[in-house]
Amino acid sequence: MVTSTRRLDAVYAALADHTRRAILARLAAGESTVGALAAPFAISRPAISKHLRVLEGAGLVRRTRAGRVSRCRLDARPLAGAAGWLERYRRHWEQRFDRLESYLRELQEEEKPHGHRS
Amino acid sequence: MATVPSPGSAAGHRLVVTLPSDREIEMTRVFDAPRQLVFEAHTSVEHMRHWWGPRGFTMVSGAMDFRPGGAWRFVLRKPGGQEYAFRGEFREIVPPERIVWTFEFEGAPGEVAVETLTLVERDGRTTLTTRSVASSREARDAVLRSGMEQGAGETWDRLEEYVGRPR
Repeated sequence: MVTSTRRLDAVYAALADHTRRAILARLAAGESTVGALAAPFAISRPAISKHLRVLEGAGLVRRTRAGRVSRCRLDARPLAGAAGWLERYRRHWEQRFDRLESYLRELQEEEKPHGHRS
Repeated sequence: MATVPSPGSAAGHRLVVTLPSDREIEMTRVFDAPRQLVFEAHTSVEHMRHWWGPRGFTMVSGAMDFRPGGAWRFVLRKPGGQEYAFRGEFREIVPPERIVWTFEFEGAPGEVAVETLTLVERDGRTTLTTRSVASSREARDAVLRSGMEQGAGETWDRLEEYVGRPR
């Protein structure tokens, strides 16, 4: 539980930055070398490497090295967990709203004997 | 896929949650009730104690001064006995369509969210929308997490099953 929460924190933190989201979008089209990945961005290579380390830490990017060339690919599995996080929140609130719905129904039932039926 | 039955989903009134910006959470749901009644359910402790909070929680203390500038405070007790307190103040009240109030969990003092409740009636049904603006993205994400953790309970395992299904 704690571990999965920490992992989700890492995923959300990784997704909070627009450069990292752009990197992921690019990797969604296929794997890439770090050099090719950095090309479209107007930031330094070390800055890109830093973003990649954050993405790796969240488990969203896998890096492999062949000689001097480092290649990156997307691992989308943690995103399913992140989506699940929001879904759990939704389920939690849906239950809370179910209570409101039940209560509104009770109020309407109480009103019926005194007035006409709808 | 595992399903989690609830009266709401059975009636087709699914809660929709969206994150319109880094600091916001928006929730929308339709109720089979006139707008006036949905509004009234939000106007007094006598009403709120019947439904405000997760299932199984009881409101052990509640106070609300339902007017702009008026304060509110609710204390909920979990089935295990632990208590949680929430407080805030009403900023704007436009019967029967809009309430703006601040929301603060006393366990995270200083993290004040501003919540706007909007009610729209159509064909005898009411669409309820709440838009909550947190003080920061971190605070918003902490709220998302707390909802998940509070939601733990008997449905937890079923949610695990639902969320963890192969895709």
